[in-house]
Amino acid sequence: MRLTQGQFSFLPDLTDEQIEAQISYALSHGWSIMVEYTDDPHPRNGLWEMWSPPMFDLSEDEVDVAMRDVRACCEAHSDIYVKVVAYDRSLGRQTSAMSFIVNRPEVEPGFKLERQETHDRVIRYTLTSYAVDKQPRGSRYAAASGNGSATNGTAAD
Amino acid sequence: MSTAEKDGQKKTKSRWDSGVTPYAEMGYWDPDYEPKDTDVLCAFRITPQEGVDAIEAAAAVAGESSTATWTVVWTDRLTSYEHYQAKAYSVEEVPGTPGQYIALIAYDIDLFEEGSIANLTSSIIGNVFGFKPLKALRLEDMRVPVAYVKTFPGPPHGITMEREYLDKFGRPLIGATTKPKLGLSAKNYGRVVYEALRGGLDFTKDDENINSQPFMRWRDRYIHSMEAVQRAQAATGEVKGHYLNVTAGTMEEMYERAEFAKEVGSVIVMQDLTVGYTAMTSMSKWCRANGMLLHLHRAGHGTYTRQKTHGVSFRVIAKWCRLLGVDHVHAGTVVGKLEGDPAMIMGYYKILRDNYIEKDLQQGIYFDQDWASMPGVMPVASGGIHAGQMHQLLHYLGEDSILQFGGGTIGHPMGIAAGASANRTAVEAIIQARNEGRDYYSEGPDILVEAAKGCPELNAALEVWKDITFDYTSTDTADVEVTPTSA
Repeated sequence: MRLTQGQFSFLPDLTDEQIEAQISYALSHGWSIMVEYTDDPHPRNGLWEMWSPPMFDLSEDEVDVAMRDVRACCEAHSDIYVKVVAYDRSLGRQTSAMSFIVNRPEVEPGFKLERQETHDRVIRYTLTSYAVDKQPRGSRYAAASGNGSATNGTAAD
Repeated sequence: MSTAEKDGQKKTKSRWDSGVTPYAEMGYWDPDYEPKDTDVLCAFRITPQEGVDAIEAAAAVAGESSTATWTVVWTDRLTSYEHYQAKAYSVEEVPGTPGQYIALIAYDIDLFEEGSIANLTSSIIGNVFGFKPLKALRLEDMRVPVAYVKTFPGPPHGITMEREYLDKFGRPLIGATTKPKLGLSAKNYGRVVYEALRGGLDFTKDDENINSQPFMRWRDRYIHSMEAVQRAQAATGEVKGHYLNVTAGTMEEMYERAEFAKEVGSVIVMQDLTVGYTAMTSMSKWCRANGMLLHLHRAGHGTYTRQKTHGVSFRVIAKWCRLLGVDHVHAGTVVGKLEGDPAMIMGYYKILRDNYIEKDLQQGIYFDQDWASMPGVMPVASGGIHAGQMHQLLHYLGEDSILQFGGGTIGHPMGIAAGASANRTAVEAIIQARNEGRDYYSEGPDILVEAAKGCPELNAALEVWKDITFDYTSTDTADVEVTPTSA
């Protein structure tokens, strides 16, 4: 399966130039940039790990600074999901303005739907990720990146 | 006009003499009145009968929608009547339309019960719309003062919370209404929901008149729809939803259906405007308490919003719905099959979403409106729209909107899931192009054709609906400038 969370999952995977263009759009609005990763892509997992604290103070011509973090996170977590989030702190919004996946595992085993039959034909559903079920955090996706832990490091370049 | 004038007797009648005194002379017309920040202000379009003076007609509207009756009553003198009388403070002829006037009327906030749209509407559109000296009357706009706004709950969640709940940002949400709207069995209904959601839509929707008929009872529909929603979530890893319509004959039945929707795990329910303001407000309260998004279908509104001379403008209905609290409301498409002048519709969208809206006569907005941080409502565009119009839809309606492609999904030549994928690919491609700084409105058709190269489903959609437009002149337009239906 292909996880279709985020703004652009129905398009071909974004190239670096396309990611830069999106970050540029975010910075032109004064939004801050966050890079997040996870090996638990459950649709209700709203708390992916933060690669570094949000980049609040980038100017419009600092797309490369944000891209450095994006690349570093994708390298460190090449076998799991990485997304770029643009955050808009303005009054009335105060939430994410953009969110798109920039890295995904080669194989996405998807989700298992468990049904518990209860009373009067009512079914209770539980959605679990095959990858999460199979392995503990840090070693859920097949490809070895050498960085299996949930390190919450700042960009180390 | 008073009977005294009619008889040509022209004698001076005291304000409190028994009999009929012109409304304007009873205090309902006050051109020097300066509206208070706490007043409810209304803009009425009045069309007086032949021979009825416009100012007297405006004063009559003010009187009949506040304290007055047809004749002088001494019991007024037991009250601080000047305080309770609504005051018409401006009457101007509509440019280029002889016989029609815009009257501005101020109502003291004390006239209204806190948190009750039923009370507000019983006053302001209660009796007066049938008043004989007027040929027609239309409530064009209403300024709700902050002091009154703060007595209403507002949307159960609002746009920000809905996006966080669904984890979907930076693009319009997309959906489809299940078709055919009537006749499907529960299992077949679930099939349509499943295909549309797994194909890429965020939401599917019950239609307004799908409640609990012999061909499909509500409980069976809920169970099969939720199976479809859960399967689609598993197939995509995204949060999905189906608006389960809880509209019913009584409030007790509506609660029963909403409780069951909650039990089977739905994230959203819907209601129809036909249930009435009080029922809608009660449902809103229930949704806030139960973590349920609330969609509103504006069934029936065309009976009183469409004609320009008589009724209530949709911009006023939109304000009442934001106050009483819904998370979604249908507000027009500009380019689709249903009535809607672009400027008017952009005005409705602003009223639903923005925190402060400035007077803008081109959009039919007569007053500044301050929502005092009340969360916004997602406007829904539905009816005759398709993937090939995506650039126009984003241009007119913006990112915080829900675009519903019913026929434009289910009528796709390659199937329902393919129709959904076409719509999703189109919206993502247009958003991407906009963010890249392209002139997505004029380059829209090219952007879509490019995206279709990697998406046969979009290609087929562009092919089958390429010539479909609905170009008719709107009946409800601004008075200052006539605008075409679509670009």
